[in-house]
Amino acid sequence: MTRIRFQQSLDDLKEKLLVMAGLAEQAIQRAIEAYRVRDLSICDLVSRSELAINRLERDIDQAALDLLAMEQPMAIDLRFILSVIRINADLERVGDAAKSISDRVRSMEQMAAADLPVDIPRMATLAADMVRKSLQAFIEGDAEVARSVLTMDDAVDAMNKAAYKSLTKVMGEQSHVAPQALNALMISRSLERVADHATNIAEDVIFWVQGADVRHHKSVTGGRDPNAGLTPAPAVVEEAKPAAE
Amino acid sequence: MGVGIEVANLNAWYGTTHTLQDINLNIPANQATALIGPSGCGKSTFVRCLNRMHETNPIARATGTIKIGDLDIYKDAKPVEIRRRVGMVFQRPNPFPTMSIYDNVIAGLKLNGYSNRRVLDDTVERSLKNSALWDEVKDDLKKKSGASLSGGQQQRLCIARALAVDPEVLLMDEPASALDPVSTSKIEDLIFQLKTQYTIVIVTHNMQQAARVAEKTGFFLNGRMVEFDSTHKIFTNPSDKRTEDYITGRFG
Repeated sequence: MTRIRFQQSLDDLKEKLLVMAGLAEQAIQRAIEAYRVRDLSICDLVSRSELAINRLERDIDQAALDLLAMEQPMAIDLRFILSVIRINADLERVGDAAKSISDRVRSMEQMAAADLPVDIPRMATLAADMVRKSLQAFIEGDAEVARSVLTMDDAVDAMNKAAYKSLTKVMGEQSHVAPQALNALMISRSLERVADHATNIAEDVIFWVQGADVRHHKSVTGGRDPNAGLTPAPAVVEEAKPAAE
Repeated sequence: MGVGIEVANLNAWYGTTHTLQDINLNIPANQATALIGPSGCGKSTFVRCLNRMHETNPIARATGTIKIGDLDIYKDAKPVEIRRRVGMVFQRPNPFPTMSIYDNVIAGLKLNGYSNRRVLDDTVERSLKNSALWDEVKDDLKKKSGASLSGGQQQRLCIARALAVDPEVLLMDEPASALDPVSTSKIEDLIFQLKTQYTIVIVTHNMQQAARVAEKTGFFLNGRMVEFDSTHKIFTNPSDKRTEDYITGRFG
């Protein structure tokens, strides 16, 4: 083993990103909890963690930039650093989404409770599961776990669409609960974004581990193609042989 | 214009040491192909087989087929003819120290019996322009010796000397490893221009250089070609773990 210092720097970068991931995951869970129990003190915690996430985002970007400039990484090291940069941005956005949800919870504080046709806790559980699983895939460098996250995104998208449909109907028909419905709609949208960021993280893990770019791949039936972006490994020896013998 | 190179079942030995084992690959015409690998892996031996320099060593031998265009170089060609068609540039610039810049460029032509002054003048100008040295030496062609130039200029003079005999293939064995970064950039820029006219095979220990200049890259290890693919593939997502370990600096 050579390049011990470089390997140590890669390990440090991964550790920093895991701290960031822990904060982002905690922020979204707290925001969901704040919604569930309508507790503004939890909203304060979310606001504070957003500041820490923003600071860490800059630190991680700088560390990744230093490694690109100083070490000229190649192949799996290069893919790892590019993935870290992208995942870093997605985690920061997860923090933003958590903040956005907690802001909605604050504004709902003054409103009367309303029975709305949307299951925010179920959607939140699914989105948070996607974040947790995508980060587990990153920690373990497991492309299979990452692929399982991709298949979960459609369910959250469908729930968000259904929420949009039912909540806009409520807004049109029951004006006295329109503000509550609008808040719920915005929370639904934030959770859908969280699921999108988890999907991005999973795609980046696949890129890092397998070198396959699976972004924006849908099969003809509209679902995800499980083998998207995977090109078969070339038969090196066969390719190297002269065409005509 | 450059021609493609087809290598089939190439094996080479130094004495009893089997230095190249069953090498098969197609080197495309008018592109730069980089050969990488740790010291002693066989890449320089491979390049020296491409112009039959390997066999100039009395204990060395090679078997297999190498076709430079239509020419089967181990079957129906004389070494002198091969070396006219396959130019070579070495790690350390090696101009003839007592000869002028002009005489350095035409040394190969004179060896081949050319003496027409106008042809020689035209060749010197064309070769020095192609090696991006003309503007720096055009006023001192016969006044200065090759050895009076800087290291980077000497290497470009050697490239001009190789180009003067109008080859189809240019072999470069670590052509910039003894040069400073600016001279290295000039050589790399030159490779970009030259590959429109010649097929270039470059041996390098500099991974970034291979990634910058070559369309194809081959990785040698212990006398075997482990992987040969597009440079993009080799440096972003190689198929073989050994290639990845080497280019990421895990060994070698």
